[in-house]
Amino acid sequence: MSFTEPLDSRSCVLLRLGERRFALAAEQVAELVAPSRIFRFAHRTSQIDGVILRRGRVVAVCDLSETLTGKRLGMRRFYLIATRGRQFAMDWVALPVSGQCELIQADLTPAGASDSPHVAAWLSHDGEVIEVLNLNALTPGASVAPAEPEAQA
Amino acid sequence: MRFKLAPTPKPLRTEQIILFRSSSQIFAISSGSVQEVRSVDSLAGAARDVAEPRVSKVRHAIRRGDRNLYVVNVALHFGLPPSSAVLVFVLRKSRVALLIDGIEKMTTMTMLQALPSAFCHEERQWYRGLTVLDQSVIPVVSAEGFLTRDELVLLDAVSRTTLPPSSSVAGLEVNP
Repeated sequence: MSFTEPLDSRSCVLLRLGERRFALAAEQVAELVAPSRIFRFAHRTSQIDGVILRRGRVVAVCDLSETLTGKRLGMRRFYLIATRGRQFAMDWVALPVSGQCELIQADLTPAGASDSPHVAAWLSHDGEVIEVLNLNALTPGASVAPAEPEAQA
Repeated sequence: MRFKLAPTPKPLRTEQIILFRSSSQIFAISSGSVQEVRSVDSLAGAARDVAEPRVSKVRHAIRRGDRNLYVVNVALHFGLPPSSAVLVFVLRKSRVALLIDGIEKMTTMTMLQALPSAFCHEERQWYRGLTVLDQSVIPVVSAEGFLTRDELVLLDAVSRTTLPPSSSVAGLEVNP
């Protein structure tokens, strides 16, 4: 997701990770759900906690908190289900967040060359300057299109 | 007036799977991939030690005809804590046998979901996908994902001189 206009007004979802707030473009957010049972199995992708089942779909749980705040999230109140990728390779990820999320309309300032890759843009809200997240830079495997299973049994 | 015929529902494709345990985790494997189930005890006389530090998950091999079957410790393969394995799956059309803790049950899966693309390391070779059984998500292992061609070459090199010509121990045949 890129924000190229100097002041691009967009709908964004504010999310809280511990003490800090971040934002995601609203079009990337599918829903906010209460924590459900997390299924863990052996794997080697360190940012992934496990998977949850949502509407019959298996969704990877990716905790961004350690990357963004330096601390793991102590208590998860919700999962923000976000989409990433393009039309034919759409993928869902579940992001644990600390509290309720808020839908806002805000003017976005595009990220500069010196900003971290995970910053897609900036917005200002309630006197706070907030990073709008670039999920593709933050979550693993974003460039890998979801492969079709070998056999759809 | 002609009414359009309702589309005939496609018959649900199903696949027989075996749920097995390794280091207290449950995995699924297609029963068609498993040729025999044997107890570890039944292999005691037939298996020979293999020591290749680069493939530490394999410690034993069984001679079958002119080929070696390599016994992969499933817990080590998946990086799980070591466990007390008591069964061996001999895989069909493969040079791999799997050392596992036990069989949970045989069942049928009706769907196989692709591993979410957020999983982007070795697990993409390990698993065919994920299935949902009784509201639980179970990884379905890929029979081809346990030993790479390079690992087989390494194991062949180290075991070429150490294994006896042939062995035959009866096992339980699995009919897919």
